[in-house]
Amino acid sequence: MLAFRLALRNLLGAGLRTWLNVIVLSFSFIIIIWTKGLLEGWDRQARNDMISWEVGGGQYWHSEYDPYDPFTLTDSHGQVPAGLEAGVTDGSLVPLLITQGSVYPRGMMHAVLIKGIPPQQKVIELPTAYLEAGEGDVCAIIGEAMAESTGLKEGDYVTVRWRDRNGTFDATEVKIAAVFKTTVPTVDVGQIWLPLDKLQEMMLMPGEATLLIRGPEAGPPPVADPWVFRDQDFLLSDIETIIKAKGSVGLIIWGILLMMAMLAVFDTQVLSIFRRQKEIGTYVALGMTKSQVVGLFTLEGAMNSVLAAIVGALYGIPLLLVQAVKGIKIPLSSSDFGIAMAERLYPVYSLWLIGGTVAIVLLVTTAVSYWPSRRIAKMSPTEALRGRVQ
Amino acid sequence: MEDGKVISIEGLKKHFPMGSGRFTALNGIDLAFGEGEFTGIIGPSGSGKTTLLNIIGTLDNPSEGRAVILGHSVSELTPAESASLRKTQLGFIFQTYNLFQVHTVYENVEFPLLLQGIANNRRRQMVLDALEWVGLTDKINSRPAQLSGGESQRVAIARAMVKRPAVVLADEPTANLDAANSHNILQTMEKLNRELKTTFLFATHDEKVIGYVRRKIWLADGMVARDELIEKN
Repeated sequence: MLAFRLALRNLLGAGLRTWLNVIVLSFSFIIIIWTKGLLEGWDRQARNDMISWEVGGGQYWHSEYDPYDPFTLTDSHGQVPAGLEAGVTDGSLVPLLITQGSVYPRGMMHAVLIKGIPPQQKVIELPTAYLEAGEGDVCAIIGEAMAESTGLKEGDYVTVRWRDRNGTFDATEVKIAAVFKTTVPTVDVGQIWLPLDKLQEMMLMPGEATLLIRGPEAGPPPVADPWVFRDQDFLLSDIETIIKAKGSVGLIIWGILLMMAMLAVFDTQVLSIFRRQKEIGTYVALGMTKSQVVGLFTLEGAMNSVLAAIVGALYGIPLLLVQAVKGIKIPLSSSDFGIAMAERLYPVYSLWLIGGTVAIVLLVTTAVSYWPSRRIAKMSPTEALRGRVQ
Repeated sequence: MEDGKVISIEGLKKHFPMGSGRFTALNGIDLAFGEGEFTGIIGPSGSGKTTLLNIIGTLDNPSEGRAVILGHSVSELTPAESASLRKTQLGFIFQTYNLFQVHTVYENVEFPLLLQGIANNRRRQMVLDALEWVGLTDKINSRPAQLSGGESQRVAIARAMVKRPAVVLADEPTANLDAANSHNILQTMEKLNRELKTTFLFATHDEKVIGYVRRKIWLADGMVARDELIEKN
């Protein structure tokens, strides 16, 4: 208690020097919490959006289907297994047929994935109802990124070319019924969505699908051998890998910030011990043991982070709260970034994040304060009193 | 305590390493100090005054010989024991005052009592008493930077005296003061010495201090050159 009282008195008495350290440290606190909260919010938003727009409650894949190998698309289709037909009928499973093809907007060829989906599906957020709107036309929907890269817009007609199951090239004109906005690039970039029955007809694959998407609230997945069930964790593993990689970059930034703050504390401690030699000698002369003086100086250094947490809370809580409620506008679109990213990210600040950050900074500050303070234990008090310790 | 002496020193030597050899600061000192003495240890720079005071103050250890302070042999004390002795029984006054710059006058004087864990009410009364002895009750909220040299040294005296130590060690206490302030603080210390029976040892070569002390011990080359008792009314 005495050491705490003296440390606080010395710190506050040091005035500007203390407050400069405290402000630098508080910036570190806030920026660490902010960046971590932003990544946490992004992670949560990306997971939710991926589930809503693409992953659903998991997917059944045709045994040959490999999304990373386009050559498998030719063979990765088949009749829906008998055990899953009921789900397709009641709408809890959405069949998708996927094939490669090309579109020719304004005479330019663009390689695309053509995806067939039932227009009446309710499992994912894709606005497939637009696929029913055509009167004699084959309707298609595309995402904003696709529209931007091809120059297509709602109401345009575009030629689509594909190879049917016999390998024969065929083409037709489709009408862009809607351009949808999404944060999930994997349902947008390089893709055109058609009604499932129309694509099955075009491909000469009636009743066939490449994969089936389950509703998020569906129960335990029935076995549908030889189709393979892929759960949410499997389907979201890519995005989690990317976010973890971005998290590592974030970790480096926090490390640099923390190091800068610790450098300020370390520098102050080294300077203090050199500059306050007479004070150290006087403490010993007045009856403190050297270990008590080491403890006092360590506590002074560590209390920088306690004060920083208080100061940081004063301006940080309102700042972070506003951002958590109003979100942060991201200047890049999801297609630029390659993974699901909303135009506005809402950081998530958990108690664990805030408490953990404060604890880590406090521990590191204490260690950094103790390191130079050990020198006091080696000082001769008589030399310290004369200010002669080098 | 040996023969009623608060301090007894026998065959005291202190060597410091210097280059490949050593420098002998104290070379066989035999001295004893009784309760309530007001003694000056006098000598030029390098004569060993400060070294002797540091050993008596348990801030340093003898190289040879024996120094017994209030019944405790300095060389046999553990660091915690010597710290405890300094905390309760020894007061220090320094040439450069050594006040804590970020503390107020009150807090500076309060410090030794905080170390002893004395209760708040009693502590406050002791601090105010000490400040009254030195005539600084009107400066309790000032910081050292706002005080004159004489006032600063009076705060240092109050800090040394507040715990009512048995021995006060003053190293060149007037060296940074003008004549008027020197006389003022010497009168203050003399008054406290008479009233509280505290033993005062001064390391000095200041004639003003020498004029106040009742015993003069001259040191030369680390040895006692003369030990003179002055009769005063």
